[in-house]
Amino acid sequence: MTILLIDGFLLGLLVITAIGVIAARSLLAASMLLAIYSLLIALVWVSLQAVDVAFTEAAVGAGVSTVLLVGTLVFVGKWEKPSARIHWPALCIVTITGAVLIYGTLDMPSFGDPQAPGHHHVAPRYIHDSLAETKVPNMVTAVLASYRGFDTLFETVVIFTAGLSLILLLRSVRRTRTKSEETL
Amino acid sequence: MKEQIILRVVTKMLIPFILIFGFYVIMHGEISPGGGFQGGVILASAFILYALVFGVRQSRRVLWRRVSDALASLGVLVYAGVGVATMLLGGLFLDYNVLIPADAPAGQALGITLVEIGVGITVTAVMITIFNELTES
Repeated sequence: MTILLIDGFLLGLLVITAIGVIAARSLLAASMLLAIYSLLIALVWVSLQAVDVAFTEAAVGAGVSTVLLVGTLVFVGKWEKPSARIHWPALCIVTITGAVLIYGTLDMPSFGDPQAPGHHHVAPRYIHDSLAETKVPNMVTAVLASYRGFDTLFETVVIFTAGLSLILLLRSVRRTRTKSEETL
Repeated sequence: MKEQIILRVVTKMLIPFILIFGFYVIMHGEISPGGGFQGGVILASAFILYALVFGVRQSRRVLWRRVSDALASLGVLVYAGVGVATMLLGGLFLDYNVLIPADAPAGQALGITLVEIGVGITVTAVMITIFNELTES
């Protein structure tokens, strides 16, 4: 009952914050609200006992991405451009997609169902054998770095590629800009 | 923000603790929540805090652009290098069992630690690079 109350409270706050992000005209306020949204989601992960995910969400979502968003505001200015009137075809597509997604969730196993297929494929093996097979007490790390080592390798490559493309884009732009200033 | 004395002093006091916590999260990822990714972000946040208070130019002097670029690729190299090492030792790619043939589970633990360090290096360097490139103008 207490858990249900806490979860309901957190989810209510999440919805309010999300509406706040959309409604805010100041981009700085929207970035800060997004950080609060990430922290609330991290609390939801903790209440689902997914501490590793909560940790990542708090560090990346609430920490670094907020700093990066605020850093971007230096370029784009603090205020949102006043938007034109409602774009009806876009609203239509978004509504239909949302409705289809919600319809899709109806087929999912109910929340916390121990008979859900996700709990019967490889999960029991990880839970029973990972400590004996890897001597690593944190099961999440064992799955992440050993059983799913290929996934994590290419996730790291994805992060590396992101940094690389940013270097290629921004540094070359800056170099040509300084060069053209010199010729002027 | 260079002229704010409180910010300057508090930042300099905070950074060592942030760095130690980041290293702790990377190295303790196999025992407690966390790992290379989270620890890398925490390490990067120490450098980002420094750059916010003292300016990107000063932070470049602490961590040269060339070094952070090299570190970004070094992390991936460490990760893939562990895989190649296990292949050279006679196993499959990223099969940590062969790292310590007498005690396969200990080899797994060693491999996981090495790989997490690789992830941590790349994430730290890339996060610092993204921040520096975005804010330097």
